Amino acid sequence: MPMTQDQVFEKVKETMVEALGVDEEEVTPESTLTGDLGAESIDFLDIVFRLEKSFEIKIPPGDLFPDNILNNPEFVADGKVTASGLASLKESMPHVDFSEFDDDPDVNKLPELFKVQTIVSYLLSKVS
Amino acid sequence: MRWIWIDRFVEFHPKVSATAIKNVSLAEEHLHDHWEDFPVMPVSLMIEGMAQTAGILVGQARDFAEKVILAKITKAEVHELVLPGDQISYRAELDTITDQAASTHGTVFKNDKLIGRIDLMFSHIDQNLAGVEFPEENFVFTGQFFRLLAGLVEVPPRPETSQPRRPEAPGR
Repeated sequence: MPMTQDQVFEKVKETMVEALGVDEEEVTPESTLTGDLGAESIDFLDIVFRLEKSFEIKIPPGDLFPDNILNNPEFVADGKVTASGLASLKESMPHVDFSEFDDDPDVNKLPELFKVQTIVSYLLSKVS
Repeated sequence: MRWIWIDRFVEFHPKVSATAIKNVSLAEEHLHDHWEDFPVMPVSLMIEGMAQTAGILVGQARDFAEKVILAKITKAEVHELVLPGDQISYRAELDTITDQAASTHGTVFKNDKLIGRIDLMFSHIDQNLAGVEFPEENFVFTGQFFRLLAGLVEVPPRPETSQPRRPEAPGR
């Protein structure tokens, strides 16, 4: 039987508490991983490792979080994600809401796009 | 003093687990520097001991081709003091390893009694997402770490040990 959104969220919340050392109450669907929950780059890998175990799935590099897009000069120019970079991101990560990022594609704001709900949406597409 | 916080590996199962021991001696300066009148083994250095045990396990899993750097102390709990005369055992298990990173689960024993848990994450820094470049030479795994593995696993030949080093003349 496919998991419900609530079931997925509860397991993701558990993962955030263990990986980031935050309290359960801090983890809401709208919490941003970096801004609200204090995640750093290594935490993104930790989260992926834990989700793979918890949901018994394989998460390929660059599937849930961006892989090496920032290293590609075609995708980043003057600190902004280029149109082709944005198109690539949207295609590879349909679970991410880019609507606000479209207006100001500052690379420093890229991590803020990743919320708890982003992970839940991704996992729902994998476990359904 | 050398920055080595394990004395010997007592078991090494490539890509699975490794156990290293450290004998704590009253002669070690750091015991006295921590609390002057009450010499104990600092937990921070026990974390380093686990990091060296687990880091070598991670490095060996990729034939020491990667530069393995401690990136995150996921969990560190030690429930008892370790005193001079005690023997610490660090048992590390490899949880996950990818091109970019690895996670390990560790347990700490004092004279065979379980006293703590130290879980770590390591980064393969040449694969970092920021694209930062590091020197080609593997500055992480040096001779002192390879010597710990002698007789347990094969280690790849390194340039500095491929030819016998000629002793320097006295006074140089």
